[in-house]
Amino acid sequence: MLKNLRQRILVYLAVLGPGVITAVVDNDAGGIFMYSEAGARFGYTLLWTMIPVTLILVVTQVMCSRMAAVTGKGLSDLIREEFGLRTTFFVMAALLLVNLTNVTANFAGIAGSLELFNVNKYISVPLGAVLVWTLVVRGTYRTVEKIFLLASCFYVAYAISAYLVKPDWAAAFSASVTPVLSLEGPYLTLLIGLVGASVAPWMQFYLQASIVEKGVDVRQYSESRAEVIAGCIVMAFIKFFVIVACAGAIWSNGPRQIHDVSEAAEALRPLGDYAYILFSAGLFNASLLAASILPLSTAYSVCEGLGFESGVDHRFSEAKVFYWLYTLLIAVGAGLVLWPDFPIVRMILLSQVLNGFLLPVILVLILILVNRRELMGKWVNSPIYNLLAYATVVLMVVLSITLTLVSG
Amino acid sequence: MATTTAAAGRIVYLTELTGMRVDGPNGRRIGRVREVAIAPSEHPRRVSRFLIGSGKTPFMVRHDQVKSISMDGIQLADVRFVPYYPDEGLLLLCKDLLDQQIVDVNGRKVVRVNDVALCIETAAERDELWIQEVGVGLQGAFRRLSEGLMPAAWIRGVQSRIKPNSIPWDYCNIIEPDPRRRLKLHISHDRIGRIHPADLADIVEELAPAEREALFETLDEHVAAEALTEVKPRIQVSIVESLDKERAADIIEEMAPDSAADVLSELQEETSQEILKDMEQEPAAEVEELLEHEDDTAGGLMNTQYIALHEHALVEDATEALRGNEHLLPTLTHLFLIDHDEHLVGTVPVANLFIAEPRLPLRDLAILDPISVDLDADEETVTDLFDKYNLFALPVIDDDDDLCGVITADDVISVLTPDP
Repeated sequence: MLKNLRQRILVYLAVLGPGVITAVVDNDAGGIFMYSEAGARFGYTLLWTMIPVTLILVVTQVMCSRMAAVTGKGLSDLIREEFGLRTTFFVMAALLLVNLTNVTANFAGIAGSLELFNVNKYISVPLGAVLVWTLVVRGTYRTVEKIFLLASCFYVAYAISAYLVKPDWAAAFSASVTPVLSLEGPYLTLLIGLVGASVAPWMQFYLQASIVEKGVDVRQYSESRAEVIAGCIVMAFIKFFVIVACAGAIWSNGPRQIHDVSEAAEALRPLGDYAYILFSAGLFNASLLAASILPLSTAYSVCEGLGFESGVDHRFSEAKVFYWLYTLLIAVGAGLVLWPDFPIVRMILLSQVLNGFLLPVILVLILILVNRRELMGKWVNSPIYNLLAYATVVLMVVLSITLTLVSG
Repeated sequence: MATTTAAAGRIVYLTELTGMRVDGPNGRRIGRVREVAIAPSEHPRRVSRFLIGSGKTPFMVRHDQVKSISMDGIQLADVRFVPYYPDEGLLLLCKDLLDQQIVDVNGRKVVRVNDVALCIETAAERDELWIQEVGVGLQGAFRRLSEGLMPAAWIRGVQSRIKPNSIPWDYCNIIEPDPRRRLKLHISHDRIGRIHPADLADIVEELAPAEREALFETLDEHVAAEALTEVKPRIQVSIVESLDKERAADIIEEMAPDSAADVLSELQEETSQEILKDMEQEPAAEVEELLEHEDDTAGGLMNTQYIALHEHALVEDATEALRGNEHLLPTLTHLFLIDHDEHLVGTVPVANLFIAEPRLPLRDLAILDPISVDLDADEETVTDLFDKYNLFALPVIDDDDDLCGVITADDVISVLTPDP
């Protein structure tokens, strides 16, 4: 009995990583900005989006984890094998562009969060870039993944900072289960943003590839799925705490719009240095984590799909395209942030818009793949799951197109 | 015979072939090529079926119904068509080959197919298409991306400036997970089996689990064992678990006992017990003994395959012992001398035997009181001993000074090299 338990825990530990990392990285600099704004302007009222967003994440992520376990292949491999080179090429080109804007947004997050600690961005951004680059190029994927997992733990900073703010917990919990629909313009925009931006194209590629990398097969699928779901729930809690922290600190003293995350952090200052420091450190951690994972995941997906050698376990000379792509993504992403007068807010909006264009394509490809019997055998979507998945995809497509229109 | 020096004008690429128009004997247009297939049971490289038309069931013509093939189209000799239904004996070039991963036996790596080059061969006044090579580089990728977007002649013009990167068909190996289809398509993995085990292990790591399983089911047991030894532990586990127990036991039996023990110790207790049960008695016992020791001790590192002789044995006895253990020779550096109670007495470098008189006692060649290490010494002690005394082989002894195994330099290198 005890041995069985130990065995089970070992199995869970063996599959731990992909789901949790993917989900927490979803709360990157852009995400935290949006949560902060939701809290600062509308208090607890938008907290109810947490549950639907978690469901949407679960529905999409579980399909990718199932494909990973059943086929043992990454998403870009499958797209290449089933849809051919041309589709793959365009999807990969789009992914590269979209992710480059995402990388830039996160380097901007690194700059912004460290400016709160009085570190000039001309120091913080190059240092961050070098740190990220060496971490992955010098390490092996296993150690890198452990570091990512450790970094995921630091998100607890938001929980503590929310606690320090002393928000109205009762209001927060009841708002989490009470949907409020207001037709007021900004509210609607934020609502669409919170739901529409919760699933990003890169996540599907990263999740599936890292589950394959873990060597998860059909026999461990249920554990892997549990891990993916756990990740989505963790993600929801982080989101919850960020919104609550901003609602407690800013909204309760007078609702207002904030223009960047540093403003949210500043607003926490009167409530004590700890809340402020933790909030800023959380932002730094989130940005750095996303800035590490996005270039890696992008270079990996593009090379796999187009048939170049890829992976950090290869030497530079064996996987030139992979390392060059990886390096360029970081160099260009960090470089743009340092460009004098670079329109950083426009960049973040652009990344959102491009995500919105690419996401429907990726989701449709996933749905086609996961329903191909010759690929998935008995593991194709069940009719009920399909109904859920199609509904989610339609919702996401509508929301992300609306978001694109609103922010574009 | 198709040769690689065939004139470029006689080459047709698969991307050009699909969509090519097909005319009947009277010049009337019949449709467009949708897919072509080889039937390996008839001929290993000749295109033997053309699938024409769109819709759910395209129709099919055989190679001997084709009169001529050129860049302008295909002309048929007759118009007897049969509808096409999925046939496991056909290798469809677009579906089964294009965009899939294959093993380049010569380059010893896994590659993805961008395009296929076919050669027009004229035999008995009829044209045939033979697969020549598979494009895996930018040239093929460019052709795929630009096909239909600009005139074919332009594509050929640009593409001739790109450095080709292709693999002759003879060196291409398709890995087919389905055993029935493998048989029907005459796909064998024999040529893959000739790749050096270390390279083979790299290839295995690149493949999807089903393909790995297919390889390990079909490879010669000895080759499979050597390749499995070189694969990362995590993938070792997934391979062994995917095979049926009997096959797994056959492969693990062929591995050196220390490597076999390493693999088994990574598996779940039940699985490793089942495999041990299916193994031959002798190797199973050796492996079981090794499994007793912790991974990171001298006992976990050592191998129980060594040659030990009695301390009063002669050189000719040693040569005789070597004759019975040919499989150990490639890596054997030292023999061990033991006394009546199996205590270690000395070591004899194998090379010394060659220049020694057959009647000479081994003792005269031996290093007496050799450096040895305790069963439960840790890895660091072992590597330090190797470093300090410049050893090639280090005997391992238990509490009673009995010889139980040997650690060789390659084991130590594995310890010192960080796992990727």
